[in-house]
Amino acid sequence: MLDIRRRTGVLLLVIVVGQLFLISAQVPSKSGVPVFQAVTFGAFARVQGGAAGFLRGIGNIWGNYVWLRGVRGENEELRKQVTDLSVRLQEQRALAQRATRLQELLTLQTSTAVPTLAADVIAGNPNPGMLTITIGRGSADGVQPDMAVVAAGGVVGRIIGPTAAHAARVQVLIDRNAAAGAYIERTHSGGMVVGVDHDPPLSMDLVSNMADVKAGDMVMASGVDGIYPKGFAIGRVESSERGSGLYRAIAVRPSVDFSSLEEVLVVLVPPRSAVPEDSVPAPAATVGTGK
Amino acid sequence: MKTPIVIAALAVALLLQSTIAGMSFTAASRVNLVLVAVIYVGLAYGAVTGMLAGCAAGLVQDAIAGGIVGIGGLSKTIVGFFVGVLGAQFIVSTPVPRFLMFFGASLVHELCFQALYALVEAHSIRLQISGALIQALVNGAVGITIFMLAERGPEMMQRDNWRRSSTVRRRY
Repeated sequence: MLDIRRRTGVLLLVIVVGQLFLISAQVPSKSGVPVFQAVTFGAFARVQGGAAGFLRGIGNIWGNYVWLRGVRGENEELRKQVTDLSVRLQEQRALAQRATRLQELLTLQTSTAVPTLAADVIAGNPNPGMLTITIGRGSADGVQPDMAVVAAGGVVGRIIGPTAAHAARVQVLIDRNAAAGAYIERTHSGGMVVGVDHDPPLSMDLVSNMADVKAGDMVMASGVDGIYPKGFAIGRVESSERGSGLYRAIAVRPSVDFSSLEEVLVVLVPPRSAVPEDSVPAPAATVGTGK
Repeated sequence: MKTPIVIAALAVALLLQSTIAGMSFTAASRVNLVLVAVIYVGLAYGAVTGMLAGCAAGLVQDAIAGGIVGIGGLSKTIVGFFVGVLGAQFIVSTPVPRFLMFFGASLVHELCFQALYALVEAHSIRLQISGALIQALVNGAVGITIFMLAERGPEMMQRDNWRRSSTVRRRY
């Protein structure tokens, strides 16, 4: 048991401090508030401030945590919306591009004297060695083998092999087994465009070294092959060099972007044996030069 | 037995001091009987009792006086404590040391009292040295008188009683 009488110093301290508090409680400060009240208020205000800061910190942590949880959910929702909107945007953009292409095809179709049939590209060739595409038109639509296939940019290729009722395979012009009669639009120098394995993927053969061929000249279908109608663009001369033999080495950049073919036109003209180009109906206007 | 005596002494001191103050302010300013009682208790019963006595008496005095309660109490607490401590350390059984103790304690009390007031009221210490010295002298005189009465009073009363009884025996 603590004997307070033996703790004289403690007792004195307690009494003195107690009386100081008592005095302070009665003494007004400069602001008119008793010192005790002011000191107590100040000290308590600090405690309150500390407690409030602590509680505010906890509140902030809690609020931020909850807020962050909400933000995370909102973020996920927004990400989902962004993804959804991106897909929709791409769809709309694709639709717009498709509409543009269709319009170009329609323009081509209406401006072309030959009968054509629009067709969607529905597949490619799984064999990398053969550059073909599959279109959604077939024999039921009047599509026959060796019919020319064109796009807004120019010549695409020709129908090959047996056709299905609602599908047909198209050998594109850049295939190494494909070829088309062509001429230089500027000089009317004739030759034959064939697919090659390097870039650019077309080469114009059988053009005399004497011919005037420059880079940038347009290469057009001549129609002498009996498949591709005369006047359709094939590509543009990228380089023209004098060859080691009789013919020039001419590299041609196709005017059709074969990597993004989606809609094409099938020229509903039965193939025929090679005939003079005058017998092949020419398009009413040169469209789709590809540039 | 000690506590009732101390309480009674303090109560009497308060009563007398207030009575004197009621009769003459000047006379009341020349002596502080409550302080004398506290110093007496401190010297007679030690530091703790002196401290507690000073605290209680000072608080009551402050409360009656109508000033700031605690200043007198704190001053008398300090005085009662240190008087008790010094009384235990030194021999204060003769009048002169007791007088010096009363005198010094009264000055210290006055100094503490005025200093605390100055501190609380934010002004310089208004210590009237002459008045403080006079009060200290009077307090010392009253104090050693009380000590003498307290120590010799019973003996004197006993002697007086014995003297009376002997006179009565001589008559018969």
